Amino acid sequence: MPVVLLTMAFTFGACAKSKPPVARPLPPQPGDPPAAGGSVPRPPEPVAEPISVPPEPRGEDPLKVSDIDKINQNSPFQPVFFAYDSSEIETEGQQVLQANAAILKKYPEWVITIEGHSDERGTAEYNLALGNRRAAAAKAYLISLGIPADRLRTVSYGKEFPFDPTHTESGWSKNRRAHFVLTSK
Amino acid sequence: MKLLTFAFIASSVLAVAAQNPPTQQSQQPAEIATRIGVDPGRPPRLAIPEFIPLSKDADLLSAARTIADVLFDDMAFEKEFYMIPKDILRTVPRPNSAEEATLDRWKELGADGVVIGTVQKTTEGIVVEVRLMRVVNGAMSLGKKYTGSPKSIVDGGRTFAHSIADEIHKQQANIRGVARTKLAFSSDRDGIRMKGPVGDRDVSNIYMSDYDGANQTRVTVNRSIDIAPAWSPDGELLAYTSYRTGYPDIILQSIRTMRPPSNPAHGSMDNQNFLPAWSPDGSKLAFMSNRDGNMEIYIINRDGTNLRRVTNHPAADATPTWSPTGQQLAFTSDRGGREQVYIVNIDGTGLDRISTEGKADRATWSSAPLNEIAYAAQSGGGYDIKIFSFSTRESRTVTDGIGTNESPAFAPNGRHIAFWSDRSGRPQIYTIARDGTDLRQITKSGSNRYPNWSQ
Repeated sequence: MPVVLLTMAFTFGACAKSKPPVARPLPPQPGDPPAAGGSVPRPPEPVAEPISVPPEPRGEDPLKVSDIDKINQNSPFQPVFFAYDSSEIETEGQQVLQANAAILKKYPEWVITIEGHSDERGTAEYNLALGNRRAAAAKAYLISLGIPADRLRTVSYGKEFPFDPTHTESGWSKNRRAHFVLTSK
Repeated sequence: MKLLTFAFIASSVLAVAAQNPPTQQSQQPAEIATRIGVDPGRPPRLAIPEFIPLSKDADLLSAARTIADVLFDDMAFEKEFYMIPKDILRTVPRPNSAEEATLDRWKELGADGVVIGTVQKTTEGIVVEVRLMRVVNGAMSLGKKYTGSPKSIVDGGRTFAHSIADEIHKQQANIRGVARTKLAFSSDRDGIRMKGPVGDRDVSNIYMSDYDGANQTRVTVNRSIDIAPAWSPDGELLAYTSYRTGYPDIILQSIRTMRPPSNPAHGSMDNQNFLPAWSPDGSKLAFMSNRDGNMEIYIINRDGTNLRRVTNHPAADATPTWSPTGQQLAFTSDRGGREQVYIVNIDGTGLDRISTEGKADRATWSSAPLNEIAYAAQSGGGYDIKIFSFSTRESRTVTDGIGTNESPAFAPNGRHIAFWSDRSGRPQIYTIARDGTDLRQITKSGSNRYPNWSQ
C-alpha cells in the first residue's frame, strides 16, 4: 500500500512539471445569499472530482518567462471593484477572486500585493482605513480559496493613487478597488 | 517737540540665521508692562511705520521695509489691535534715526501705540532695535534689541519681524503669538513620478513653511509617498507616514540635523502604521495600525518602547489626536455606521461620541483656555471644517461650503486652523481664524494636503 501511494505521488509530480493542474472552484450557486456586511463571503464548495484541465498551448508559458514588470503591465489579475464606502466583496468580485486564485495556484511561487484603493469622496485619513479593509477582504477571500496567507500582502493607499482622476461617478467606480500586483516570482 | 528717550530694558534677545528660529534667552523684564491702549472698550490702535535703516546698504533698505510689512501682518493676524492702515502710515515722513522720531503726528492720526524700529549693520552682525511707544504719554512700553548674523536678512528680515510680533503679543495682549511657528504638509509640487504597477504615480514628500507661507522648503526626498506630518512639540522632529519601505510606517525625522530617521512603531508588511500624533509633552505618539487585524489606535513611547493599545473594536478606529492635557485622545471610528469623532481616555475608558455629522474625521484639539475640537464634517459633496465646543456640546461651521475643506490642524494658541481645500482647483493649504474670517492661502504650487501646525 505505501508503495502504491509513493508511485502515485511520483506520477503526479512528474505530470505537474509539464502540465500544472489548475484548481477551478465552482462558480457561486445562483441564489447564494449575499455575504453579511463586512464578513468574508462563503467560499465555494470544495470540488469533489478534479475537473479536467484543457491542454496547455504548446511552447513556453509567457507568464513563466516574463519579468515582473512586464507581467504587471499586462496583468493576468483582474481588480475587484467595490460599492461606495463598502468593503464587501459582491458576486462579481467573488468571481474575479476565484479567477485570480486559479492563477495563484497555477504559479505557486508567485507572491502578490493587494493594494486597497478608494475614491476621492471621504477624507484622505479615513480612506486609508477603508483601503486597508478592502485589501484585507480580498486577502481573506483568497485565503478561503486555499491561497496561503504568506503569498498575499496588503497595502492601503487610501485615495492617494486614483486610477481615474476624473471627478465623476465613472472615475470613482474605477478607483474603489483592490488592485493586484505581482511582487515576486 | 518731545524727543524720545531710550532706556533698553532687555537688549540681549538674539535672532540667529534665517534658517533657525531665534532663540530667546529667558529673562523677566524689569519694568511692569505698560499697555498702549487707553480705552478698554476698543482694541488699541497700533501704527507700524517702516523701520529706519541706519545706513544706505540696499539689503538694509529692503529689510527696513520688509520687517515692518511682516510685523504688520503678524500683528493683524491675531486681531488684538486695530491696525492703522498702511496708506495712512505712508503719509508720515520717515525720520533718519530713532532719536528724530516724534509722536505728534501719530497722536493726530489717533494711534495709541507706534512701533519705532531701526536696522543696522555692526560688528556683531545685523542689529534690529525696536521700541513700542505709548502715544498718550510718550513712555516706552517695550524696548528690545535683536542681533542676528549677517545672513539673517537674506529673506528680508522676516525672522526679526516674527520675534518682535510674538514679543508684543505676549506683553500687550498676554497671548502666545504664532509668528515664529511653522506649517508642515505633504506636496507633489516637484512633479516627481515613480513607477507604478499600471502607470506612473505621483510622488509626495513633506514640505514646511513659515506660518504665513513664506520660506517653503522640502523636508523629505523620497520616490514614495510621505504624508500626514506632525511636529514634535519642541519643533525638532517631524513624524509622518511613509511608504518608502513598500508598506506604510511612521518615520521620525530631524529637520535640523542629519541624524538618521527612526521608525518607533517598527512596521512590517503585516504591521502597518499610520497617522502619528505627538503627546503634548513629546514623550509619546498615538497612531493607527492594522497590526491586530483591523485599524485600531495605539500609543507608543517615542523611542519605540511601551506599546499600548487604546481601542479594541471590529470597526475601523483611525486618525488619533491628543487632548491638550495628554490624558485623552480624539479619534475617528465607524463603529456606529458612518465615521464620526469620538474621545476616549488614553487607557481606553470613557468613550464619548462628539460629532453627529453625515461623516466626520481628522479631529484636532486646541489648548486651554479655548479647548475646542475641530474636524472635517461631510457637507454637500465635500467637507467643511467645524468646531465642537464642550460647553454647548454643539458644533459650528468655520468654512463656507466652497469646494471641500479637510484635515484641520489648530494653531498652538487655538485661534486659527490650517486645512486644505480644493476651492481654487488643486488642493492647497489655507489658514482661517476660528470665527471663520481671515482666510489666507498658504500654498500655490502642486497639490498640497495634510497640514500640521508646529507648537
